[in-house]
Amino acid sequence: MNKKTKTPLFHVAKRAALPWYRAWAIRGAALLLALVLCGVITSLVTGEDPFAVYGAIWKGSFGTTRKFWVLLQNIAMLLCVSLAVTPAFRMRCWNLGAEGQALIGGLACAACMITLADKLPNWAVILCMVVSSVLAGALWAGIPAFFKAKYNTNETLFTLMMNYVATQLVAFFCVVWESPKGSGTIGIINPKTNIGWLPQFAVQKYLLNVLIVAVVCVLVYIYLNYSKHGYEIAVVGESERTARYVGIKVEKVILRTMLLSGAICGLAGLLLVGSTNHTLTTTIVDGRGFTAVMVSWLAKFNPIGMIFTSFLLVFLGRGAGEVATKFGLNRSFGDILTGIILFCIIGSEFFINYEIKLTRGAGKEG
Amino acid sequence: MFDFISFIPRAVVQGIPLLLGSTGETLTEKSGNLNLGIPGIMYVGGICGVIGSFYYEAGKTAADMNPALTILIPLCCCLLGSFLMGLLYCFLTVTLRANQNVTGLAITTFGVGFGNFFGGSLIKLSGSSLPSIIMTNTSNVFRRTLPFAGSAGAFGKLFLNYGFLAYAAVVIALAASYVLNRTRTGLHLRAVGESPTTADAAGINVTRYKYVSTCVGAMIAGLGGLYYVMDYACGVWTNDAFGDRGWLAIALVIFTIWRPNVGVLASFLFGGLYILHMYIPSGMNLAVKELYKMAPYVVTIVVLVISSMRNKRENQPPASLGLPYFREER
Repeated sequence: MNKKTKTPLFHVAKRAALPWYRAWAIRGAALLLALVLCGVITSLVTGEDPFAVYGAIWKGSFGTTRKFWVLLQNIAMLLCVSLAVTPAFRMRCWNLGAEGQALIGGLACAACMITLADKLPNWAVILCMVVSSVLAGALWAGIPAFFKAKYNTNETLFTLMMNYVATQLVAFFCVVWESPKGSGTIGIINPKTNIGWLPQFAVQKYLLNVLIVAVVCVLVYIYLNYSKHGYEIAVVGESERTARYVGIKVEKVILRTMLLSGAICGLAGLLLVGSTNHTLTTTIVDGRGFTAVMVSWLAKFNPIGMIFTSFLLVFLGRGAGEVATKFGLNRSFGDILTGIILFCIIGSEFFINYEIKLTRGAGKEG
Repeated sequence: MFDFISFIPRAVVQGIPLLLGSTGETLTEKSGNLNLGIPGIMYVGGICGVIGSFYYEAGKTAADMNPALTILIPLCCCLLGSFLMGLLYCFLTVTLRANQNVTGLAITTFGVGFGNFFGGSLIKLSGSSLPSIIMTNTSNVFRRTLPFAGSAGAFGKLFLNYGFLAYAAVVIALAASYVLNRTRTGLHLRAVGESPTTADAAGINVTRYKYVSTCVGAMIAGLGGLYYVMDYACGVWTNDAFGDRGWLAIALVIFTIWRPNVGVLASFLFGGLYILHMYIPSGMNLAVKELYKMAPYVVTIVVLVISSMRNKRENQPPASLGLPYFREER
């Protein structure tokens, strides 16, 4: 009997943990490939010399002092939202609602700035802003978390929908508080009195944000790695059954972690409205809630690694923006480049987690 | 009096892109892939169709254009573009086993950027002298309605007054529903989505099912983008005009509890909710209209919560939704 067995040329096997330098070498190679691809594509579209393109990317972030500070500010905000989603992700709870949670935080902040401006002294307004933003963000994450814990409702879809509810809520208040009348936008809040504007250090408008986020980053790192709560999160993420078996109250951990996640998002909203923009629009979070998912994942949910990944994404985003302006392209060109870089890095994770083994000789005699 | 005769057709044309998007996403999710790239893919589908017809229409008058080619060129471009996006998603999540949420969001970033970039730069890149991307001639062919639409009164307005893609959308949804529930292929597909390990043991090629269903799903969703540009928007591409309809399509999947045939009516309902704010007499209070726009999302959340509370087996998401499958991992 002629038994024919087809043996594939190779098979895929899971790798044991790779030494960190090899893992980063693979990621670096992917990044390099992505950059080359981006350069080639930009040259094809614009017909420019690729090195001029890289030059423009560099200039987009480090061209002037102002651009550098804008870069820092953007990194800080993206990092803040990424830090927010990370505890939930470590628990394998996909909080895609950071956008909405930050927006609601911003809304609460703007509400305090507008309604309390002439009733309370400045410091009391700021205190109210901080408390209400954080609570609002926590509430917005708490609703899906409650249903996740109680009825196991799919949190990915729930939080996703909450984003749009938040957007419309903000749109509603944008009309209610519009100034000047009929514009449909809020404009700069308290432009004359500056009530509720978070203080500025020295000359740098963005320094406060950067410092606050740096502190949050360290705190989240310690919380996740060196506290009992952080350990519980890790256990629930690895296996819910194990967690129940060792006596962790899974529902409580889910609720607590999501509340924390939402609270940090609320803080991001506070910084965006109270410290950076002093206004509120529906697009103030600017898609950071979604970019944060990628930042967090690319850094393997490590808060310190996220500083680097958020730098990478902001740097490339701003660089691509500069390329777009310089060569007269549409600004969305940046999104295309970001997409390409993400695809490369996402793909490279495969080579870190798995190895391809060639099957030699087997099946030849058959 | 609420004007149903004008409201319903408008709700329907709003609903068709959502219907196509959600049918595509349902097929994808049934194979266990949660493709959050659908909003991006719909953008890509739309802009690819636009690019195709832009080059075909350039420098031609309406009389020069062959109606069959006018439809086929954008259609094929759209299908090809969204197919490639689906393929990319599959390659990353199925072959390279990347995280589906991250990949999906990356696809959305890329797709929306791709759409807006070519929407904004097509004129400059092609060096044409037109002021903006308007494909009236192509759109007229796409919008050709059934005969008697004008003369059959209210009946004609309600049922005959749509372009061919709208009818195609309904047919595709019903066909998808039939395939999922009544054929062996559909059974296998659902098995892959529920438990890939079991399906694999039963001899079903998990990888192939995931690839085919996701790519076909992406192509159907891409048609939604094409319908939006060519029919709803009369062939005018405006950046970001498509808006959040892609996410609404994903909401619709949950709302219909993964049933494309329910999606036909549900999408019209969503379309209605989407434009309800224009029909509600709110007087001068514009703010309230913003709250009405929340309706589709709130309704989706309520359905999501209720279906998880009742916890009926047939109303749950596919069990392996969002999880990569690796045979050697037990």
